[in-house]
Amino acid sequence: MSQDIGYVRTEMALPQPAPLRERGPLAWMRKNLFANPFDSALTIVGLVIVAMILPPLFNWAIVNAQWTGTDRTFCATVAQGGIQPDGWSGACWAFVKAKFGQFMFGRYPLDERWRVILVAIMFVALLVPLLIPRVPRKGLNAVLFFLVLPVVSYFLLIGGVFGLPHVETPLWGGLLVTLTLSFVGIVVSLPVGILLALGRRSKMPVVKMLCVIFIETVRGVPLITVLFMASVMLPLFLPAGVSFDKFLRALIGVSLFASAYMAEVVRGGLQAIPKGQYEGADSLGLSYWQKMGLIVLPQALKLVIPGIVNTFIGMFKDTSLVYIISMFDLLGVVRQNFSDAAWASPQTPASGLVFAALVFWIFCFGMSRYSIFMERRLDTGHKR
Amino acid sequence: MAIENAVSADEIKVDRAKMHISDTDVAIDIVGMHKWYGEFNVLKDINLRVMRGERIVICGPSGSGKSTMIRCINRLEEHQKGKIIVDGKELTNDLKKIDEVRREVGMVFQHFNLFPHLTILENCTLAPIWVRKTPKKQAEEQAMHFLRRVKIPEQANKYPGQLSGGQQQRVAIARSLCMNPRIMLFDEPTSALDPEMIKEVLETMVGLAEEGMTMLCVTHEMGFARKVANRVIFMDQGQIVEENTPGEFFDNPRHERTKLFLSQILH
Repeated sequence: MSQDIGYVRTEMALPQPAPLRERGPLAWMRKNLFANPFDSALTIVGLVIVAMILPPLFNWAIVNAQWTGTDRTFCATVAQGGIQPDGWSGACWAFVKAKFGQFMFGRYPLDERWRVILVAIMFVALLVPLLIPRVPRKGLNAVLFFLVLPVVSYFLLIGGVFGLPHVETPLWGGLLVTLTLSFVGIVVSLPVGILLALGRRSKMPVVKMLCVIFIETVRGVPLITVLFMASVMLPLFLPAGVSFDKFLRALIGVSLFASAYMAEVVRGGLQAIPKGQYEGADSLGLSYWQKMGLIVLPQALKLVIPGIVNTFIGMFKDTSLVYIISMFDLLGVVRQNFSDAAWASPQTPASGLVFAALVFWIFCFGMSRYSIFMERRLDTGHKR
Repeated sequence: MAIENAVSADEIKVDRAKMHISDTDVAIDIVGMHKWYGEFNVLKDINLRVMRGERIVICGPSGSGKSTMIRCINRLEEHQKGKIIVDGKELTNDLKKIDEVRREVGMVFQHFNLFPHLTILENCTLAPIWVRKTPKKQAEEQAMHFLRRVKIPEQANKYPGQLSGGQQQRVAIARSLCMNPRIMLFDEPTSALDPEMIKEVLETMVGLAEEGMTMLCVTHEMGFARKVANRVIFMDQGQIVEENTPGEFFDNPRHERTKLFLSQILH
């Protein structure tokens, strides 16, 4: 009857180490690889697939590969008129080695290639410190990279001034074209895309309508169509004698295209910012541009880094479409060289394509990793 | 006795009006203000004059328009009819005037609305640096001064996400104070807080009131209202239903709706 139901803790419980079966590599494997029969089956199937694909690939690309040579005979079997034993199959890296200059520079004159290399060195020298957060003087660095470098590069690459011979753009090719197109596309599309996104969310009806029309028109047409029209149709409308550079047209086409996509990515970020952030900024008396530039965009862009990088990567690869207006980017030059009789062999196309894929992959993977790094760095505990 | 007090308070108001008191004594003047959301008349015929140094608590059931009303005072919401004059400046579509008013009127929100990508210190210095053009160093000193006042100087380099709700709200108050506002608006500042954190925020607000800040506060903290308010305003269905000194308001509510409301919240 008089039983006391009250309870008072006299000592607080101390934390204890986790039980042994929750720690160590075995626990990790049980948890991640063999948690239940289905997981175990998936793990085994996965391992089998890897075991089936990796060794042949390794053999083709490394063990059996032909690393040196001066012409097709080194990459062809005896039956095909070459020196390799019949039934041989391996990558023809000799082809890539012989054509490496073309893959990088296209038909840019041999004596003038130092100019491209100089631009590349400046590009890397300015880009690397810009990407490493710890390096100081970001403002100066950014001005040099985004304003000075493009102007200097323009005169260096085109020439025609300071005694540099003129190199017309149809001679450009390879990685040079790929990187120039994507660099300009990235540098133009991000700010233009942001402005378009802000315009689309603007309360001013005319601005809003213009932005919507631009975005929807550009997004509604394939890039290949725009490039083709720019190359084939545009000259028909221009008065005789007026023409502007085909490469410039491609640059503008790619940039505008990427801008429209970027605008929609950024708009997604803008929509995710709570109304309270706008009100907080308003209540402090910040102007529209201060509010957007200091409060809304930094948060919105951080949220859509994956989308932005996705657009960059997409654009980087879409530059290959300039083959439609007979410009040759990396992939274009590689394919062009398949028809070189001196190197025609059954292994040549595969080797060239694998090389091109590897180069594209290195750049795209770099962008992807860097974006993940930035996402982590900019995370300030926004999520709760 | 109590009723007499109330009457005399009213008389003082009338007297001031008769004496053509100078505009500098009036902080906020709302005259015949209406607001609509589409067809819905959310605020009806709001008349409210707030003198400098006055502390006003606004309460009422949810949906009564109390938040909307104080949000009209710094034009986070637009009114469609009537006049709102804040610090001698009438709120119209003139963006410049609106920014001027916002610089002088601080606001504290229910959900703090701190900027999560900036540190506490940066949250506090942003507006002084960009809006008031205060040199960075001076803005930081001032921010630290106000952070000490809300008793969290040691959190200055953390991010809002790392702070508790009560701490965040105190930062929000410090952030507003850094603009040296002449008027402070509080929109349910304690409604999103855990019970243990309400007190620390209210103490900060009481301190502010004791220094003579003009304050308009939407809150249901009736203890706070009794302690600091000069006037309590009760709103229902978009209009001011009753207005009185806190003593009178709580002990002698006159309107039926007020009586019902008080009986619901004062258990």
